[in-house]
Amino acid sequence: MDFSTLQDFYTYTKGIAYVLIVLTLIGMAGFWLYLTDQENDDEE
Amino acid sequence: MFKLSDVINRSLLTPFNIIAGIILFIGLIITALRFTGGLAAVTNLSDYNPWGLWIGFDLLCGVALAAGGYVTSAAVYIFGMKKYHSAVRPAILTGFLGYALVVLALNYDVGRPWRLPYPFAVQAGTTSVLFEVGACVLLYLVVLFIEFTPAASEWLGLKRARNLVVRLTMLLTILGVILSTLHQSSLGALFLIAPSKLHPLWYSQYIPVFFFISSIIAGLSMVIFEGTLTHRYFAEKMDEAHLREKEDVVFGFGKAASFVLAAYFAVKVFGIAMDDNWRYLSTSYGAWFLVELLGFVALPCLLYAAGVREKNIRLIKWAAAWTVLGIVVNRFNVCLVAFNWHLPSSERYFPSWMEIGLSIFIVTVGVVAFKFIVTTMPVLYEHPSYKTPHP
Repeated sequence: MDFSTLQDFYTYTKGIAYVLIVLTLIGMAGFWLYLTDQENDDEE
Repeated sequence: MFKLSDVINRSLLTPFNIIAGIILFIGLIITALRFTGGLAAVTNLSDYNPWGLWIGFDLLCGVALAAGGYVTSAAVYIFGMKKYHSAVRPAILTGFLGYALVVLALNYDVGRPWRLPYPFAVQAGTTSVLFEVGACVLLYLVVLFIEFTPAASEWLGLKRARNLVVRLTMLLTILGVILSTLHQSSLGALFLIAPSKLHPLWYSQYIPVFFFISSIIAGLSMVIFEGTLTHRYFAEKMDEAHLREKEDVVFGFGKAASFVLAAYFAVKVFGIAMDDNWRYLSTSYGAWFLVELLGFVALPCLLYAAGVREKNIRLIKWAAAWTVLGIVVNRFNVCLVAFNWHLPSSERYFPSWMEIGLSIFIVTVGVVAFKFIVTTMPVLYEHPSYKTPHP
């Protein structure tokens, strides 16, 4: 990507970072459930 | 328990002793050459490449892989996970030996090692990240030494000294976590000063965060890896509690390592996104970066996860060994491979055989010291005279 101003650069990179953060938060919660559901089944 | 008669009746000419003896002998010759001929006599270091293998491996890898001490003691004493208690002493011992060897290696690497105390005694460069790293490593080495003294005190029969240190366990653990958080991240922060020298895929304003998170992964994986080796070679030294808790430690630490590796993967991707470095991924350095990210972060994360879900202890142990290798690859990439990446190949650094030999010598010193301590002191078993929980 070519950027004309620093603001363009930050708008672009931060925009992507915020999308990634939301995806990561959802993904990490799902991954934790994947890691522990076997354990929970054993306890039941 | 240590018995002198056992040692006397045993032959000293074992394969381990012979190989270790040869390595130590060669290492002592290199040591003599280093301290009589200077750095140029034994290393390929230059003004372009002042940090070579001894910093990349002995220091950066040594500190990261010694993180098991603070990770395990924090899990047991701060987070109250008492079921991992048997892993504390071996982890503290590995941490203590790791840091002691880092300081030993630093004496070889620094041009004038007798000036190492200068920042504390003569001229404190308090604005330097290196000062903070030096101060934290020094203090943490002292903390680890004190944390390990109960085992030595039990061996020597110093009951009062042992009980005094046991009462300080929580304080020492908190100090250890604070000091480790500071210097594990600051080792990464050292590279913030070189944005034009480190390849953009490895350089990031978040490099201290990368180093800190990866140190937790290194600590968790090293406890599993080291536990596997001690169980294989020192099983007769382990008491029932250690053998019983062994699987809990592997599954618990494997689960934690998998989760932290997933977080580390995400943070590394943020690093690329925040600096808009996507275009470098299609270059040859990008291919190597992807090998590191996918092969040594994502792959062990999934291996750990599969191992934990399927209760496959063997898979977790392999994942731990692979992760330890991945930490070494990462530190080599930051310090050696991606550093000075723009220089022509004729100016690039490759360690001399004596640098490699000395690093092997230092690891061997650590292995010999570890072997001596676990066969003499109560590290893998509870001393019969001390029934109360110990650190």
